[in-house]
This record gives sequence, structure tokens and C-alpha cells, in this order.
Amino acid sequence: MAKAFAKPICLSDQETHYCPGCTHGVIHRLVAEAIDDLEIAGRTVGIAPVGCAVICYNYFTFDFQEAAHGRAPAMATGIKRVRPDLIVFTYQGDGDLASIGMGEIVHAANRGEKFTTVFVNNAVYGMTGGQMAPTTMPNQKTTTSPFGRNVEEVGMPIRVAELLASLATPAYITRQTVLSPKHILKAKKAIRQAFQYQVDNRCFSFVEVVSTCPTNWGMTPADAIQWAEKTMLPYYPLGDLKTPESVEEA
Amino acid sequence: MQSEVMFAGFGGQGILLSGKILAEAAMEKELEVAWVPSYGPEMRGGTAYCTVVISDNPIASPIIRNPMHLVAMNRPSLEKFAGTVKPGGVILVNSSLIPIASGREDVDELSVPVTDIAAGLGNVRTANIVALGAFVARSGIIDFETLKETVRNEFKQKKKFIEMNMAALEEGRKAAA
Amino acid sequence: MSKVLMKGNEAIGEAAIRAGCLNYFAYPITPQSEVAEYLSRRMTEVGGVFLQGESEVAVSYMIFGAAACGERVFTTSSSPGISLMSEGISYICGAECPAVFVNIMRGGPGLGGILPSQADYLQATKGIGHGDCRMLVMAPASVQEAVEMVMQAFPLAEKYRNPVMILGDGLIGQMMEPVSFRDDLKVPPTNKDDWATSGMDTRKSTKRNLVKSLYLDPEVLNAHNLKLKAKYDRMRQEEVRYETYNTGGDYRVLIVSYGTMSRVCRSAVDALKARNVETAMVRPQVLFPFPEQAVFDAAAKSSCTHVLSVEMSMGQMVEDIQRSVQGRRPVHWYGKCGGEVPTPEEVMEAVEALLQS
Repeated sequence: MAKAFAKPICLSDQETHYCPGCTHGVIHRLVAEAIDDLEIAGRTVGIAPVGCAVICYNYFTFDFQEAAHGRAPAMATGIKRVRPDLIVFTYQGDGDLASIGMGEIVHAANRGEKFTTVFVNNAVYGMTGGQMAPTTMPNQKTTTSPFGRNVEEVGMPIRVAELLASLATPAYITRQTVLSPKHILKAKKAIRQAFQYQVDNRCFSFVEVVSTCPTNWGMTPADAIQWAEKTMLPYYPLGDLKTPESVEEA
Repeated sequence: MQSEVMFAGFGGQGILLSGKILAEAAMEKELEVAWVPSYGPEMRGGTAYCTVVISDNPIASPIIRNPMHLVAMNRPSLEKFAGTVKPGGVILVNSSLIPIASGREDVDELSVPVTDIAAGLGNVRTANIVALGAFVARSGIIDFETLKETVRNEFKQKKKFIEMNMAALEEGRKAAA
Repeated sequence: MSKVLMKGNEAIGEAAIRAGCLNYFAYPITPQSEVAEYLSRRMTEVGGVFLQGESEVAVSYMIFGAAACGERVFTTSSSPGISLMSEGISYICGAECPAVFVNIMRGGPGLGGILPSQADYLQATKGIGHGDCRMLVMAPASVQEAVEMVMQAFPLAEKYRNPVMILGDGLIGQMMEPVSFRDDLKVPPTNKDDWATSGMDTRKSTKRNLVKSLYLDPEVLNAHNLKLKAKYDRMRQEEVRYETYNTGGDYRVLIVSYGTMSRVCRSAVDALKARNVETAMVRPQVLFPFPEQAVFDAAAKSSCTHVLSVEMSMGQMVEDIQRSVQGRRPVHWYGKCGGEVPTPEEVMEAVEALLQS
């Protein structure tokens, strides 16, 4: 009987450390499928962030580097500049990328560094225990915003994809989610497209993935999905914000 | 035997280049050299100076409080550094811009209107080369032919400047005689 | 060998290329921006990589990423910039990657000034980053020595899989001196297949490589730190480098000084000799590891009554000298730290004041 479903080759056998209902596992799989599909594992270097995915290299079977908090885009730049033949991606959360690492991601995107970033936005710092992130929603309670995010004091959540899409340098910037099987299929396509642009040496490619964090949100996985759909998706609309083709046409 | 020359003037007067050419000429003669600049905000329009140390032995301290010679291209430089020159040294005074003398009796003071001479040659920017020619001719710190060769080499990328700078050196030499 | 007159900063850039390092990332800061200016042209000529990063923080990670791929890479900066890079340097030490960092020091703390200084001695030799990290620190006293040390730094970084720092004062970068580039100092890169993330295809291997510094298991982290310590201990055994001056006969004062400052001291030793005041000098060429035995031996001479640390910092080297001398001689300090390099005359005055005290 033909096998209809199998583990991607470049995912390892190790069980993940993620919490029940966490979406990191799904997103890891989408990355692995894209790399398998493009047959690039032998020339890929991943860069792990600081955050829940800090040891994500345990779940992949190709070369990996581990960055400091927020610095993955600078490391990816270093790699791509000295080894343009390698396929490089950063896998970063919202604290890592949108707070401490905002400088690095903006400048890497603006230089048009030809690597891929997978940006997991779950509106909270996960690994450090659920503190407020730049992407935390208005009035959302976290361990450092116990009365809810007060936008008078800390401003509105940052829409990173829109911010990066505003740069004049051509890029592929898209926002996806993994809240439902239908969304996952779209996200899979987008992640594959992001790597394809890199393989073609076209542009910087960036996939924001709206995700959940049931543990730090204090919700069941099902409630977390509902909350994300209701609260996050209206503020973080899905779809392509920019493609290199759209820049060329403009 | 060690000798030191301080070149000083306004930023933009080619002070650092004069020093570099002298250092390169001395290096051609297989002498040890060090070129020590002032750097920083002074570079932008203020006072610029550099010291060239020339020796037949490895140079220990490149930091010179009392140079053997001074080439002063503007008045503040002369006022600031005239007192530091060792007795017996040469002080070249750019009399086009400096209406005063060094006030030193124990040095060989040479007053040359280098800016006017350069203007007469059609390019005031060669004043530093006029001064270099005059200073080298008077001090004998290196032979003049080597200096000419070095200047020619310095401008080899910009051939149209070679003749003008050769003329500037000659005019400087004449003025120092 | 033919010599060229070069500014220290430009010579440092050229030396890296001559050493076979074609990758440079940097952020401009006085007094070393000429390295970046020089290499922005030269790297294009030689087909190398030049990139001006958005900050020193980012640059230190560009260095990390490139080094982790097994490529020779270096950067240059000055004191405040090195503070920003110190995060990355700690990670590079922890992840055991070779890289070369050049610090052309200016005065501090804070913005301080832009003139020559040696005020990053303690940072470079003892506190370059968080955690138990150390780096080999080489301190050139001339443009020629800077060239040679830069060329030697790459194989040394690879020998230890650890960053190496060239620590020069602002004058080393700004001064012009004749230099020659010795081809014999060019050493081919080591094979890095067993650790570098160079892509599995290039290694024809199914074993993936992982470059990291996170060890959550306390026993594993302890073992990792013991391994790093063994490397630093090996540096102490194998990389001590110094020069002595006038230590042959009797002398009353032993001067310890490095970099440009040591050349000023050399003039002072000569001039004091002419006044029948005998002094001698030990010049560390490598600051970490410190030449403890050489300083001990020179200070232990029976005629020697005082040891004087002469530095463009507020006595940062004194503790290393005291440790070396082991209490047998009093250790004093003379120096300036505002950007003015003390003259030989001022050093002589300091020595004479010491002998009259």
C-alpha cells in the first residue's frame, strides 16, 4: 500500500519539548516539508532563536547555528555573505524578532539579504513565562501586564509584516496562520514559496505565522484557537503583503 | 641620528600630505620613518599637524614634544609650536599668511610667502609643495632629487598635476636659497 | 623585501587579506574607520566580502555566523564598539568559533574621546564578555608588528577555535610606518569539517554540525567550561610572548609597558641611561596570557627596587604585574588616559620621582 503520509526526512525522530496545543511542531513540519520538497537539506543552515524554539535544532537533521536573542538575522547575513550557495533560514518568535531583534530584522530585510525568516507570532514571550511582547494584543493579560496591555502606556501591537513590507527593497512578505487545516495548507505553500525565492536567489523572504500559546494564555488549545481567530486575525490580517513581482510591476 | 619635522597649518592646506611625501622620500633612502598625525575634529577645518620622524635606527618613541624642525603654514601653528623647536632647527614661516616672526634667535628661520608663490603658479593648493621644497632645500634633511622623485610618484595617477608640483618644488628651492 | 609606507589602519586591512581572510564586516567608529574605507575598495578588488553592518552588535553576529560556517572572518572597531560586540564575542567563545577582532582603542569611559588610549586592558584580558570566556590578546607596538600579529591571529584563532583580539592604541591605527607583508606568515586554513556548519553536501557526510553555546544540563555545561578552561590554560603555556630591553646589566627600576607606550618608554630608558640612571623594560607582546615569569624574573634582579607600569590607562595592568612579582617589589603606576600620549621626558620624570621618593 502506498504511504499517504510520512514524517519529513529532515525532521529528526526526537519528541519535541513543546506544550500541548503549541503550534511550533506544525510550523517545524512545514519548514521540513519545504526543505525536503526542494531537496536542499544538504546545503541548508538553520538558525535557532532564543525563545521556546531555542533548541529547535534537535528536531531537524541538517546543519544549525544557535543565535543570541534577536540576532539571528545578523548571523544569517554573515552566512549568506560568505557562503551565498547555502540556504539559510531564521526561525524566530515575537519577543526575539519584534523586540530585542527589531534592528537586525529591519536592516537585513532592507539590505535584501537572500535568506528566509519564519516569524512565529503568538502575542507573548513563551519561554520566559508569558511576559508581554510587542505583539501582545490590547488589554491582553500577561505576567508583566497583569491588568491587560495598556496601549496608553506601551502603544499598540507592532505589525511586523506590514512594517517590513513598507521598505522599498524587493522582498516576499506574507502573513499566514496554522489555526486550521485550511490555513496550514496555505502556510505550507507560503513557506515553500519563501524558500523557493531563496533558491532562485531572488530576495529576502519572510513568513509571519499567527500562532497560539495555550499555556501562557491560560486557555485550552481549542479556546486558544478561537481567541486567536477572534482577536488576532482582525488585527493581523492574513495574506501576501509584498512579492518581488509586485515591486517590479509597481 | 634622528630628526623630526612638524608640519602644521589649517586643515585643507595639505599638511598631512607634505609630511607623507617627506616620510616616503626618507623611506626611499632606506631610513626608518614614522608619520604621526593629529586626528579628530581638528581634521575638519581647524588646525592640522603631523610629525615625521626620520632616523637611521629603529624609531623608539614616535611621540615628539620637541621636534628638530617646524613648517608653519598659518599663524596659530607658529604661535603654538615655535617654542617647541630644538635649537639649531629650521622654522619655515609661511609669510603670506603669517605677519609675525617666530621670535627665536637660536633657530634658522626661513620666511617664504609660499601661498603667494603657489598662487603665482596658478594653483594655491600647491602651497604645501612649495613649502616642502623650501624646507628640504634649506634643512638638507634628504637630497632634493629624491624628493622630486617622490613627488612625481605621488602624483603619478594624476599626471596633469606633476608639472605643476615640480614647478612648486623648484620655486620653493629658489626661495630658500 | 620591499616596503610601503602605510597607515596602521590600512595596513591591518591589507594584512588580513594577505593572511587569506577575505571576509570583513564592520561598523564605522573613530579612530579606525580607515580600515573599513580601505577594505570597501580592496575586498572588491580581491573578490572578498565587505559589509557595513547596522551596529556593532549586528556585526559581531555577522562574524559569528560566518565563522560558524568555517570561513576566515574579522572585524575592527574601537572601544565603545567593542563593548557592543562583547555580547557576540561571549557567544563565539562559548560556541568555539575562530575569529579575529581588532580594537583600536580610544579613551573612555562612555564616549570618552577619540585620541589614543589603552583603557580597554581589563576588558580585553579579563572581561571581554559574560561567562567564563577569554581571548588571546596581542598588542602591537608598531605598524609592522600590527601587520604580523593580524596575520598570525587567524591561525591562532583556528588553533584554539577561539576569538583572538589585536589590541592597539589609536596611534597604531593612525600612524604611518613602512611595512612589508611576509608571505611566510600566510598559513592555510585548518580543516573544519568536524564542526563547521558548512552544509552537509560540502562535507560528503550524513552527520550534521551544530554550532551552539546553550547547555542546560549543569553537568554538561560544567564539562564544557572545563574544556574551555583547558584551552585558556594551554594558551598560558604556549602563547606567552614578550620582549625585554636593557635587562642585561643592573637596573634600579623595571618598567612594564606595551604598545605605542612601550616605544616611548624605550626612549626614556635610553635617555635615563645617558644620565646614569639604569632602567630596564619588559614589553608584553601578548597581554593574555601575561608574561608572568618574565616580569617576575626581571623584577627579582637584586639591583631592582621598583617596578613601574607605564600605560595609557589608570593602572589597569598593575594587578597583573603585582600578581607576577608576588609581592617582592613595590609596583607603581604612571600614565595618562585623556588621549595624550606621555612623552619620554614625562616617563623619565616619573622614574626619577620614584627613585627620589
